[in-house]
Amino acid sequence: MGTESYDVLVIGGGLAGIRASIAAVEANPRIRVGMISKVYPMRSHTVSAEGGAAAVLRPEDSYETHAFDTIKGSDYLADQDVVEAFVREAPIEVIQMEHWGCPWSRDPDGKISVRPFGGMTTWRTCFAADKSGFHMLHTVFQTSLKYEQIHRHDEAFVTKLLIEDSRCVGVVALDQRTGRFDAITAKAVILATGGLGRVYAFTTNGNICTGDGMALAYRAGAGLKDMEMVQFHPTGLPFTGILITEAVRGEGGYLTNKNGDRFLKDYVPNKMELGPRDIISRAMVTEFESGRGFEGPHGKYMNLDVRHLGEEVIDRKLPFMRELGREFMGIDIVHDPIPVRPVQHYMMGGVGADISGATEILGLYAAGECANVGLNGGNRLGSNSLSECLVFGAASGRAAAEYAGSAKPVTANPVDAMLWDEARRVEAAYLEKTGGDEKIGTIREEMQRDMDAGAGVFRTKEGLEKLTDQLGGLRERFGRIKIEDSSRTFNTELTAAMELDFMLEVSQTIVASALARDESRGAHARRDFPERNDEKFLKHTVAFSRGIEDPRPRLEYRDVRITNFKPQARTY
Amino acid sequence: MAEKRITIQATRFDPEKDSAPRLQSYDIPFPDDSMVVLDALNYIKAHVDGTLSYRWSCRMGICGSCGMMVNGTPKLTCNAFLRDYWPRPVIVQPLNNFPIIRDLVIDMDDFMHKLKSVQPWIIRKQEIPLGGGEHRQTTAQIDEFKQFSQCINCMLCYAACPVYGLNNDFLGPAAIALARRYNLDSRDEGFTKRLPVIADSEGIWECSFVGECSVVCPKGVDPAKAIQQTKLDTTLRFTLPFGNRD
Ligand SMILES: Cc1cc2nc3c(=O)[nH]c(=O)nc-3n(C[C@H](O)[C@H](O)[C@H](O)COP(=O)(O)OP(=O)(O)OC[C@H]3O[C@@H](n4cnc5c(N)ncnc54)[C@H](O)[C@@H]3O)c2cc1C
Ligand code: SF4
Ligand code: FES
Repeated sequence: MGTESYDVLVIGGGLAGIRASIAAVEANPRIRVGMISKVYPMRSHTVSAEGGAAAVLRPEDSYETHAFDTIKGSDYLADQDVVEAFVREAPIEVIQMEHWGCPWSRDPDGKISVRPFGGMTTWRTCFAADKSGFHMLHTVFQTSLKYEQIHRHDEAFVTKLLIEDSRCVGVVALDQRTGRFDAITAKAVILATGGLGRVYAFTTNGNICTGDGMALAYRAGAGLKDMEMVQFHPTGLPFTGILITEAVRGEGGYLTNKNGDRFLKDYVPNKMELGPRDIISRAMVTEFESGRGFEGPHGKYMNLDVRHLGEEVIDRKLPFMRELGREFMGIDIVHDPIPVRPVQHYMMGGVGADISGATEILGLYAAGECANVGLNGGNRLGSNSLSECLVFGAASGRAAAEYAGSAKPVTANPVDAMLWDEARRVEAAYLEKTGGDEKIGTIREEMQRDMDAGAGVFRTKEGLEKLTDQLGGLRERFGRIKIEDSSRTFNTELTAAMELDFMLEVSQTIVASALARDESRGAHARRDFPERNDEKFLKHTVAFSRGIEDPRPRLEYRDVRITNFKPQARTY
Repeated sequence: MAEKRITIQATRFDPEKDSAPRLQSYDIPFPDDSMVVLDALNYIKAHVDGTLSYRWSCRMGICGSCGMMVNGTPKLTCNAFLRDYWPRPVIVQPLNNFPIIRDLVIDMDDFMHKLKSVQPWIIRKQEIPLGGGEHRQTTAQIDEFKQFSQCINCMLCYAACPVYGLNNDFLGPAAIALARRYNLDSRDEGFTKRLPVIADSEGIWECSFVGECSVVCPKGVDPAKAIQQTKLDTTLRFTLPFGNRD
């Protein structure tokens, strides 16, 4: 066991975490920043983002329309002051990325090009072909290497936040290579741990997206905001859940049902394929239920057709999609339609944080997909998330650096004891546990199947109640798991068990928040309450832990901040 | 009809218990033609043997973490299809030329140092302020460095490289390709800073143009070309005054 100390500690090496680390150092070059990631930073799931990052760069565009599109897209659950600040910062961040070398696709005049995206009324999504997240992540990661003040802990798995006198003073992390537990302390801690898609079976999210940061913060006493708001993307490849980017529709692709109809004319006639994700996903499920989907070996699907775009456009703008089709489906999208169906994709909910990323726990900040700063409300618009990681990653980095400048140093004594306790807890619960007959793989698969069935595109009271019981049963069985691997060296069964523990925790908050929201708003669609109810529910849900004895979260509600855009009916 | 099955032989090695790596055989169901080698490993881990260790995340060929030797060839296991091997057994081993930490997990320290050593960031004599907007760059200028920017750091090329296999000091294919990526970027002025790192590094002259790296690269990067171009730059270094090579 060891201890290491920083001014600012960032948990997460994705786009939000790296942007935060650089911002902290640039705000104050004298500070030391630690960056912990359970995988090498360039493996973070940002790498899989395809479509692009939204920012107002064109003279014909305006902050107001980007703000309005985002707020309408959120079904009025976004905090409008946050959105207004965001749209002003996003272009600066996109330019910063350009200066750092991001190979943004360009217009003939050499300026950064933009493409149309769902729910955006004008072209404002900057892109690097259809590997935007890959290029952005590698750009910030490679740039971060030039800052000697940033010290990385790669493949270190955070198991707990250290809280002393209601202030966050660091973390306990497991060094995966050696199996050693370390206390890594800091005056300020930033969570940038990404999403939780792996609580579902059918998801675009990678293996590492297990909601760790949300669970860590929740256990430390922070509130998780709007956890019922889970995004389902309309176009995932059957079987793998690999994402076919919205840019495919942005570039002019059609969605058709088995009658060959562009069925979206019945749902979002003015936007068609460029409608928002929540509505299109519901439209697809509705069509499936009416018998108008295709039947394939891996369930129902629709066709996404780009054949009319031609090979040239496809190769210039969507080369990765062609590669994915070829490699994973054995089709050539130049000649074949792409089979797609709705797939879990993104978490709007997350650790409640203000505009600078500060959470309700002193010294703890959150940014990126694990955070909820109030930007996305009930439904995130495609391409706002990468921009969000940049804008709020940077904001939290600066705020944490400033706070660290004045905060009291962390004292060693209680930290040593907390480290000891945490290491003992993990050893007793997993490594030295004897007996047990449940496999983590089995519990995980059941959880994922149950979440797909009960907390998917459409929800009902009965379904959610059943799911609550199922999760309770799984939690109980988790207490009886059997860990076969007792090695200290790169024990991925141990990390998988801890990830499952986190996933069971955050699933409870999703289900409890969904059960309490008796209305339909954004991605949260209740069959038994099909209308939006502004009178009762123009509010954020915030879930708090009641401690390990009682798995049911305690829910509070907070008003949504409205500035310039009065809630209206949301039609497209 | 009898259930279709496939045999996976995976390297097992726990330094706490084993003196040398060995192969362990798993016979598992193969119900779906869409299954890849990584799916087989995940099946084993979830249902047969929880102790098998390997890295993976995206399952879509972009995070670069799932590279392993599959029947002797470096591959991304998330897009190596079982149907291409069945009914023969599939032998899965850690990437060649790297120390093993555990089972299929290799030690990446050396690669991470090499990545940093080529200064893979935009170097400019004078930064333009953010308020000045973007640098203009044409599609033709992007095409200059585009292929070298596609590298996902999967290290398959290192596993295939005979020079790196003999001499770990060799900077190696991906790092040289990355240096090239920045050198060829119209926004960058760091050529002279990077050149000595690359030119004076071990091994570049031993690269015999075998081109194994380019053959195994899953992303269409051509590191062999980067190495050849770099040799040329290095020769030019002695014929041109430094200042003119920015
Ligand atoms: C397939 C796909 C395509 C997408 N396309 C787009 C798009 O075109 N446009 C857009 O705006 N958005 C897109 N998104 C969404 C967007 O990519 C993500 O929301 C965003 O990248 C999340 O970044 P992040 O930095 O918050 O998290 P991540 O990139 O997921 O990084 C999380 C980091 O936290 C670390 N971590 C997590 N838990 C722990 C722990 N316990 N201990 C230590 N470290 C830990 C991980 O190692 C990782 O480094 C897409 C998402 C997916 C899945
Ligand atoms: S050059 Fe190709 S093979 Fe080598 S690390 Fe990069 S992507 Fe992998
Ligand atoms: S799992 Fe990401 S490249 Fe294979």
